[in-house]
Amino acid sequence: MSEPRLVEVRRNVLKQNDIMARALREQFRAKGVYVVSLVSSPGSGKTTFLEKTLTELQPRYRVAALVGDLATENDAVRLARSKAPVKQITTGTLCHLEAAMVENAMQGWNLPELDFLFIENVGNLVCPSSYDLGENLRLVLMSVTEGEDKPLKYPTIFNSADVAVVTKNDLASAAEFDWNAAQANIQAVRPGMQIFRVSAKTGEGMEECLNFFGQRLAEQRAVART
Amino acid sequence: MHELSIAMGIVDAALEEAQRRGGLQVSAVHLRLGALSGVVKAALVFSYEMACQDTALEGSRLIVEDVPVVVFCPQCHERRALDSIQSFACPECGAPTRDILQGKELEVFALEVQE
Repeated sequence: MSEPRLVEVRRNVLKQNDIMARALREQFRAKGVYVVSLVSSPGSGKTTFLEKTLTELQPRYRVAALVGDLATENDAVRLARSKAPVKQITTGTLCHLEAAMVENAMQGWNLPELDFLFIENVGNLVCPSSYDLGENLRLVLMSVTEGEDKPLKYPTIFNSADVAVVTKNDLASAAEFDWNAAQANIQAVRPGMQIFRVSAKTGEGMEECLNFFGQRLAEQRAVART
Repeated sequence: MHELSIAMGIVDAALEEAQRRGGLQVSAVHLRLGALSGVVKAALVFSYEMACQDTALEGSRLIVEDVPVVVFCPQCHERRALDSIQSFACPECGAPTRDILQGKELEVFALEVQE
């Protein structure tokens, strides 16, 4: 047998997903929708945070949500209490959402009627980091009960996100949560990252976070007009 | 654990590239894997064999080249490889940086073929 030969191909494995995500982002921009995705470990409070967010934003904005889980429609049922349009994406055995699932789930929705679309990813701090969903802003959530070193244990997902949200702040003292250590760890893996500290249960810190979303939407629309 | 679907993506990409070049006989696939790709190498190599089953790549090897994270240090004005992805700071001067130049790669960069 002859010597093997190397043929250079240079092909991104996630090319299909990246192409679709870029197309989605362009579509969102053109239709004036600001898209926020949420990633975190299971049980860190994504759904509670999102329920509060959808409810609070609705007097001022038109909002909708997509929510991914391996199984059950429980989260969609919870989020629907906010009266916002909500669709569940059940991924079966897949541990993360992909751009194609977002595109499929949106069919039948009239995007220009929306200001915000929220996408709750499957609870998982590993796999979602590799997949661009076309979102404008990726939030990574960590609750005060998970420990301050979460960012150091999962640096890749923190690095893929734009903003960190520390949740369940009403439990901070019971959990002996060290806020300074948490901030330092987040800044170590993602320097300059903006951090919000909230309790969706008591409402503490929510307004600041929601105002931030409002500003980002206004900025995106200002850019789109120029 | 999304390495199996990534492995299937690698197999699809390699098969397509081999086909486009006139049906190459591939004995190994070379992959560049960034430290920030979110993919675990050992799980990927394990999944690759499974993903190759019943395809023209069955029996081929996956050769993974680890790509470290390289950032641009705003203070030194230099490219710097990070020692750890737990600290996005220049290893020389300590300045924090989020300007990532490489390390997210998940790329089939070459096919080893038998003529």
